[in-house]
Amino acid sequence: MIRNFFIIAILAGLAAVFVSLFWNFGDSEVLTPLATHYATNGAAEVGAPNLVTSIVVTYRGFDTLGEVTILFLVASIVSFFLKREKLQPETTPKRETSEIILTAAKLLVPIVMVLGIYVFINGHLTPGGGFQGGAIIATAFVLLLMANPDFKINHKIIATVESVSGIAFVLIGVFGILLAGGFLDNKVLPLGTFGKIFSAGAIPLIYSFVGLKVGSELSNILSNLQGIQKEEM
Amino acid sequence: MEIIALITGFALILVGLYGILSKRNIIKIIVGFSLFDTGLHVLIVTVGYIKGGTAPILDSVVGTTDVASKIVDPVPQALVLTAIVIGLGVTSLMLAYALKMYQAKKSLDISDFKDMKW
Repeated sequence: MIRNFFIIAILAGLAAVFVSLFWNFGDSEVLTPLATHYATNGAAEVGAPNLVTSIVVTYRGFDTLGEVTILFLVASIVSFFLKREKLQPETTPKRETSEIILTAAKLLVPIVMVLGIYVFINGHLTPGGGFQGGAIIATAFVLLLMANPDFKINHKIIATVESVSGIAFVLIGVFGILLAGGFLDNKVLPLGTFGKIFSAGAIPLIYSFVGLKVGSELSNILSNLQGIQKEEM
Repeated sequence: MEIIALITGFALILVGLYGILSKRNIIKIIVGFSLFDTGLHVLIVTVGYIKGGTAPILDSVVGTTDVASKIVDPVPQALVLTAIVIGLGVTSLMLAYALKMYQAKKSLDISDFKDMKW
């Protein structure tokens, strides 16, 4: 009873704060000075049509490196927590996977993978990027795991892809110090024609590595979460 | 437009907080956290909205001249992109802990875990 009262009191207090925030919310008419700088100089300085990408990968590239590191940390903690200690043989017979899922998985998995690769290669031109593309690739693995619950993702391949792309990301950043303006500067490669796929310097390269890394990390988390289901719970 | 987004964001935060505070099942609490997260993302993107602005992509519609008067603020969108990824990491960690807790006590009821309660 007292507990419910406290919950309602907290929610009502927060709702009151929100209502006052709501009434005082005024639309912005102009961009903030920082955003104005990005908008006016982004095309010339970075060369990527998608301004969100130029902020994420170049202006705030260090943030993105930290973000990828956090994702790596999460993937390692999850695999540490959910490591399979004992692999006993299956005891309960499993139902056959429905034919709809089997056929759909065969048909869709390659297409979904290609879509993911498309999304992260075109991250500097269209909405999308490494994280979104990586998540799409991981959904292909979800479909595979649903169609075939005994499917084992090869951890050697995943670990190799992940470490190679992580090291490549940092190396491109270090090349930025040596050849261009600073860490993760995208001008290590020529900026190219604005709006073409091979443009915006190192952004397509960096986003491809981020996409591969995110895709392999998410698949790793998923296969760990799925693998633990086999243990008797 | 921004009114709808604001109401959605505030409502999602309140619903998520209600779930976190009142539910006893750990999985439902995690769902509450995810709702809270989503509401915050909606709010942050709304704060960057500029009246009449379009997506911050310099395509044939926006062009490359006088961009600042045509687009919405790209900075909150970039921050939310980061926040979504971190939210995903936190959610998967919480789910892994929930699995471990279930293995330890064969229960997902939060009131069965009083070992650390003072």
